[in-house]
Amino acid sequence: MARLRQLALVLALPVALLALCWLLLADSTSFYAPPLRRILAAFGPTWAPRWASEDASSIALLVIGYAGAVVAGVGLGIPLGARPRLRAVFEPALELFRAIPPPALVPAVKLVFGWGPATNVLVIVSGAVWPVLLNTIEGVRAIDEVLADTCRCYGITGARRLYVLVLRAASPQIITGMRQALSIAIILMVISDMMVGSSGLGFTILEFQRGFSIPEMWSGILLLGGLGVVLSLVFRGFEAVALRWYHGLRRPQRGDA
Amino acid sequence: MTPLLDVRHVRKVYDGHGRTVEAIRDLSFSCAPGELVCIVGPSGAGKTTLLKCVAGLLAPTGGEVVLGDVRVDGPPPGMAVVFQEYGRSLFPWLTAWDNVALPLRQRRTPPGELRRLVDGALGEVGLADVHAAYPWQLSGGMQQRVAIARAIAYEPRILLMDEPFAAVDAQTRADLEDLTRSLWRRHAMTILFVTHDIDEAVYMGQRVVILSASPTVVLEDLAIDLPGERDQLATRSTPRFAELRARVYARIQQAKQRSTT
Repeated sequence: MARLRQLALVLALPVALLALCWLLLADSTSFYAPPLRRILAAFGPTWAPRWASEDASSIALLVIGYAGAVVAGVGLGIPLGARPRLRAVFEPALELFRAIPPPALVPAVKLVFGWGPATNVLVIVSGAVWPVLLNTIEGVRAIDEVLADTCRCYGITGARRLYVLVLRAASPQIITGMRQALSIAIILMVISDMMVGSSGLGFTILEFQRGFSIPEMWSGILLLGGLGVVLSLVFRGFEAVALRWYHGLRRPQRGDA
Repeated sequence: MTPLLDVRHVRKVYDGHGRTVEAIRDLSFSCAPGELVCIVGPSGAGKTTLLKCVAGLLAPTGGEVVLGDVRVDGPPPGMAVVFQEYGRSLFPWLTAWDNVALPLRQRRTPPGELRRLVDGALGEVGLADVHAAYPWQLSGGMQQRVAIARAIAYEPRILLMDEPFAAVDAQTRADLEDLTRSLWRRHAMTILFVTHDIDEAVYMGQRVVILSASPTVVLEDLAIDLPGERDQLATRSTPRFAELRARVYARIQQAKQRSTT
């Protein structure tokens, strides 16, 4: 019962907004803002045949780029977080690179890597790596000293130390970084499709707009919104499992305060 | 008998931010195999610093710590440590069982042996039924029991305990003191037990090493000639207990006055 009420609470506003759009646009004769039912009607025929090619390729590039950003961010963040000297050397350069808006890199990357999917992936990685990297550094820096001493006393070193101490202790921060990186990666997926590709979701939406297929264009935008929602739900599920201990640990402390 | 642990003229000076602090001036004492030695001193006496030097977590500025016949220059194998901050020394993402099993897994203990040791250790500390609980689901006293179980499952030659019961309530503390003593007798371990509590030191130890305030030296190495079988009520109400307690107390007070004048 409580769960149902919660679900209703979550869905109330989106449903109301959709209904409002439906009503406001119902008799719309505007070419650019067609009735919602026409957009939804265009949805199936537009995307069903493209599912295998356009959507799948964009999503595959997104997954590869996002995974690359997470691996690179965590992989670089661990040594940088653990060693203050290394951090002192690299931090100014990292701050500089982070300040460059990733879409600005597209022309340069395109020159070097051409019009292929490598460019899309690189653009996604170059934007999504930062939140993961910076949060990993913070997480590794903040590892509890007593826990680290415990590992030293019991001779826990190497891969086991990495997995049992470093990655797990830093996981709340790493996962915060991954959540931010996910939304950046989706944005960059669309931008790189539009700027680089000759295929993909972003490219197809742009094509519809140029060809004045307005309901189809809107249906693509709806599809991207839906994709974002689905990915963030999947991510939430992952977070609930990976950080079960963390939320459990914090609950009584929050109660005290 | 040759000592198992020998602390020889250990000195520790902290150096940083333009000022040096001499935490420990000159400390020497030793532990025979199977002994339970308590280190007691006023707060700020560098007890934790000393324990970290013994554990190999901190390099002394001068002197040396010898375990067996090997000089300690990093955490030695066969040494287990129970920290005061139980909440920070257990891995919150591992269950109680996995916390106890972790050091054994690192040592590549065969699975059957591992299960026997972990189940046995948790049973001995009275936690046979909370294997699957996470540390944050347990009370403070139970968390410290898990830390003790982890130490005994490791089968150490020497167990270091750094004010292990300072953060639990009085009732739990008395239980844990008796638990530690019974484990010590059953396993014939060597225990070095650091505390700021004079009663606890006299009740627990076979010997009490009394430290001065910082910069720390050994004031007295006092043998506790109470019977081996101890009881929270009976032992603490004997005249001898009161005498020993008064003696340690006077020593520490004396040292405090000397350091303030």
